[in-house]
Amino acid sequence: MALLTDDQKMLQETAASFLREEGSIAKQLRHWRDSGCTDGYGTDFWKQFAELGLTGICVPEDQGGLGLGSVEAALVLEEIGRNLTPSPFLTTAVVGARAIEGTSHAERWYPGILSGETVLALAIDESRRHAPEQTALSAERRGNGFVLNGDKQFVVHGNSADMVLTLARTAGSPGDREGLTLFAVPKGAAEVDSVTLADSSKAARIKFDNVELDADAVVGDVDNGWGPLSRALNAGRAGAAAELVGVAAGATAMTIDYLKQRKQFGKLIGQFQSLQHRAAHLYGEIEIARAASLKAAELIDSGDEKAELMVAVAKAKAAAVSKLAVQEGVQMHGGIGMTDEHDIGLYMKREAVLGELFGDVYHHRNTVAELSGY
Amino acid sequence: MTDLESFRSDTRAWLEANCPPEMREPIRSDADMCWGGRNWTFQSDAQRLWLERMVQRGWTTPHWPKDYGGGGLSPGEAKVLKEEMARIGARQPLYSFGISMLGPALLKFGSEEQKKRFLPEIARGEIRWCQGYSEPGAGSDLAGLQTKAEDKGDHWLVNGQKVWTSYADKADWIFCLVRTSTESKHQGISFLLFDMATPGVSTKPILLISGNSPFCETFFDDVQVPKDQVVGEVNRGWDVAKYLLGHEREMIAGMGLGGTSGTLGAALKPDDPLLRAEVAVFDVDSIAFAAMSERFFEMFKAGEAHPASPSMMKYAGTELNKRRHELVMAAGGSDALEWDSDRSKNGKAARDWLRTKANSIEGGTSEIQLNIVAKHILGLPGA
Repeated sequence: MALLTDDQKMLQETAASFLREEGSIAKQLRHWRDSGCTDGYGTDFWKQFAELGLTGICVPEDQGGLGLGSVEAALVLEEIGRNLTPSPFLTTAVVGARAIEGTSHAERWYPGILSGETVLALAIDESRRHAPEQTALSAERRGNGFVLNGDKQFVVHGNSADMVLTLARTAGSPGDREGLTLFAVPKGAAEVDSVTLADSSKAARIKFDNVELDADAVVGDVDNGWGPLSRALNAGRAGAAAELVGVAAGATAMTIDYLKQRKQFGKLIGQFQSLQHRAAHLYGEIEIARAASLKAAELIDSGDEKAELMVAVAKAKAAAVSKLAVQEGVQMHGGIGMTDEHDIGLYMKREAVLGELFGDVYHHRNTVAELSGY
Repeated sequence: MTDLESFRSDTRAWLEANCPPEMREPIRSDADMCWGGRNWTFQSDAQRLWLERMVQRGWTTPHWPKDYGGGGLSPGEAKVLKEEMARIGARQPLYSFGISMLGPALLKFGSEEQKKRFLPEIARGEIRWCQGYSEPGAGSDLAGLQTKAEDKGDHWLVNGQKVWTSYADKADWIFCLVRTSTESKHQGISFLLFDMATPGVSTKPILLISGNSPFCETFFDDVQVPKDQVVGEVNRGWDVAKYLLGHEREMIAGMGLGGTSGTLGAALKPDDPLLRAEVAVFDVDSIAFAAMSERFFEMFKAGEAHPASPSMMKYAGTELNKRRHELVMAAGGSDALEWDSDRSKNGKAARDWLRTKANSIEGGTSEIQLNIVAKHILGLPGA
């Protein structure tokens, strides 16, 4: 991993101060949660992302974006994770933008992404576990288009999305990587059932009951959806890993502050070696997870053939480390950590959702084993 | 062609012409590693030739100044040399604590006279050094050391005992921490160099659980040491020691990389599903740690790393290496338990596994590294 360039450090600083000030837990997560917001994030706040140019981070320069890569997206996502900032940044500006890059859908959706008016979502999962090749939702040719039948779940921001990128089977059977096609499904075409998740974010279960789409709804090529899907998923998994690193770092910073304030037995609890060693171990693990996450982003950006392996390593490592961080965080806070009033528990809930998104630790450990030939 | 490109092609040609074919074979046993020193017996002419040729170019210590027997290479050139040696599988011509540990300390703290006297013979592999740090009563609490050096006017008089002195029985000289004042714990220590052939020095190898004896107990009984062999100021040896420990920790942290490029699972091919799952967890941690090492060395070079970060790396790398060998043993089953058969290469798997248990003890235990991280990086209060 090369060191960050001056431009990257500047972007990191911009994102850090914007999210610390405007994206704080009090201003965003708690505010929208407690006011019963149906989107789970502020739409005006999403426009502020656009004003800073951040929504166009992965959009090519000749199409009005910043034309940057996964490393830059990771820097922003770590700050999002640190502040638990709810926004459709990952699904729209990273996954969505990458999925439609170079296709006919780019022209249609990039302007809205750049102005902060468009939200995209990705619909893959059909059961409680992430397994893209097991996709069964069918897309049958009819006339000039397709008819879709089946169900999707865990579609993050699927309720507020203007377009849902939906993985469907046009040939073969569940288990095959061939015969999959990615469709751009516009808002209103399918039946969306909004669900609030443990971290107060919104996802959707979507029912496709004879949903008719034109042929131009296809993203990329029919039966060859695995390519654009992998591109989008690599970006999404590396992005989720970076956000998890931020969640871990945010929770741990809060916990270490607490170790320096809380007194018991007439001592600061941070003086106890049992807690010092656990905190020091955690610090090292977070550094390692960050290095893995940045390395994965770097390999994606350089088109390296090892990118897929490194992305799986990064997602598995970041999720495991983040889980350790939030568990230690709640435990070291003691009773106050169990209250809704304290923020540390919010980190635990966010970790659970991000850890599951685009494949959990078991999924990615298995990928590492398979790609290594065992 | 840039300077670096022409350096690369010259280096490649020189290595092709000068590195004997036997010296391009992988290291199979300890005897394949050349440590040099007064009593070294070369395993082969090839081993001797390879050392002589590399010494002539200063390439046993490529980045040291030429005045001190080094190659005077820039960091970029030294990296090219390393890459070109790796390309043909060239062995390191010389293994040396003088190069990896004492040299950097002398370059930073030594007097000009000491540099001129000691560095060239280190670079040429003429003197083999050992390190006298730990004592029976000073392990994790290293600064509690008691071996004393009394100022006798024209010499230091050294009395005491060291332990865990690597290869002391084979070494020519020792760099040693001694107590020169009892007024202050940390500021009463000096960094002393002396010849192991001095009257009053004796060594006794320690048999380890691996069945090998890489370490010794070392005894000093009225050993007389010339006054000019203190490195740095008298009573400020702890600064030298800490600097050197940083180097040692970096070196030990490198063990976490395992030395091979493939995953552990690819090597072990575990067929038991539960073992496969554990190996996969290990491989995730191992590849992530490799990314960390790369980032750490980049940050270290650029001065962006926290000064205490080698402690984090040492802790993580050594714990990882212990896990690696536990999994190798698990996958090896009863084959891996054979201690003396040809089939098991004289119990290599089991002996290597046992050796790794020292990784998280030597150079400062894991617990000491965690103390350092907690105090210096996280800023947690003292007890």
